[in-house]
Amino acid sequence: MSTVGARPAINRLFRFQWEPAQQAHVLLYPEGMVKLNQSAGEILKRCDGERSVQEIVADLEAAFNASGLTADVEAFLKMADEQNWIEWSPTAPTRPSVAAPQGGAGLPWDGPAEDLP
Amino acid sequence: MTTTTSLLVPRRPGPLWLLAEVTYRCPLHCAFCYNPVDFAQAGPELATEDWLKVIREAREMGAAQFGISGGEPLLRDDIEILVDEARKLGFYTNLITSGVGLTEGRLAALKEAGLDHIQLSFQDATREANDLITNTRTFELKRKVAAMTKAAGYPTVINCVLHRTNIDHLDRIIEMAVEIGAEYLELANTQYHGWAFLNREALMPTAAQLAEAEAVTERWKAKLGKKMRILFVTPDYQSKKPKKCMNGWGEVFLSVTPDGLALPCHTARMLPGLEFPDVREHTLDWIWHESPLFNRFRGTAWLPETCQSCEDKEKDHGGCRCQAFMLTGNADATDPVCPKSPDHALIDAALAKAEQAATVKPLVFRDPKNSRALDRAF
Repeated sequence: MSTVGARPAINRLFRFQWEPAQQAHVLLYPEGMVKLNQSAGEILKRCDGERSVQEIVADLEAAFNASGLTADVEAFLKMADEQNWIEWSPTAPTRPSVAAPQGGAGLPWDGPAEDLP
Repeated sequence: MTTTTSLLVPRRPGPLWLLAEVTYRCPLHCAFCYNPVDFAQAGPELATEDWLKVIREAREMGAAQFGISGGEPLLRDDIEILVDEARKLGFYTNLITSGVGLTEGRLAALKEAGLDHIQLSFQDATREANDLITNTRTFELKRKVAAMTKAAGYPTVINCVLHRTNIDHLDRIIEMAVEIGAEYLELANTQYHGWAFLNREALMPTAAQLAEAEAVTERWKAKLGKKMRILFVTPDYQSKKPKKCMNGWGEVFLSVTPDGLALPCHTARMLPGLEFPDVREHTLDWIWHESPLFNRFRGTAWLPETCQSCEDKEKDHGGCRCQAFMLTGNADATDPVCPKSPDHALIDAALAKAEQAATVKPLVFRDPKNSRALDRAF
């Protein structure tokens, strides 16, 4: 599903928010919470069902003055999809996929997330 | 301030999960209920203002999950007010209900207040079996409520407690959850606390029943995939794996009883010789960090010798304190479900008894009359 043209959104089973006590973005779901690292938080913050993966990548590259984030973002979204954290907008227009640039991930990527009990 | 924490030592994190057991009153009379058997003797219920204070204090300490349970929480008419406050403060709000009392009007008000999630309990797949174990006539009503919450946009999350008298209907129970359109089904084998402990003999399945139930669950899981998630919670007695009390005593979970006592787990008020702090007399901060109760079984320093030398002690903290107390009379003992426990023969004896169908005792239903007559904690 994670083609660059598709538009990811937070799954309605989860709530995404900034948690002051954790100093982190979290995903809340019944009786549980996933504490997200900065990278995961920054990506999910942009998963609003409006922006395509392509736009999310461009936005992150601009915000963090980085380049070549496509592969990292796609890998995270694939994992997020497997975890059911995101769903894909059914109205997503199919856009041509762009080739992922090689290397050079400038985002402070520190592993996916920490699962809290 | 009475805190003794040094400025140089970071304080332990606050609770992440606040559970409000707002009432012991319940229209159902389930024989597997974990509530204390003597619930009818509990003090008067907290006022709305008391609950609001608890909610605010817990959120300030960093709690992110707010559960409302009971009894049947919908028997109180201020649930909407509590949800509204909790949601405003940033809590994820979860109503745990039998569905009895959930009208269209109340559902709309709860949705308006920002309720995130509803967990609906189902007891069985046929009217006869549902009405038998709950000692009520509520079967059709539950299906109606499930449809209503779905129409309101809530994912359908069903919890069904499994025991000797419904576990053979599991195939039909799962099929029913699929028909209702559930996204999530939790199959929780009975844990023997409160009324369930009292009814243990009548509720405990045989090994063959349990093995069949696991096989049925696996078949459905393979068939349904992500369409409906099924969680099968194995019973402690049969899995022989002790579990930490709510992820560790005083580590993430704080529960408040209808009459205002703060507890580190749902059932701790049965434990002897402990003083249970009242949320009207103390702050949650003091209760969590300083109270003798929340420090009593924190960490692993207090563990008995059997556990101190065990490589799994950090994983299970010696298991459930209530189970240890109910079975051995000693709350400091290793949980007898652990095969290394010197009292493990008690578990084997209970399991052996479950295999002898002829000796099964009749069910004692959870109601105020039985509660007063029995006059015991479990």
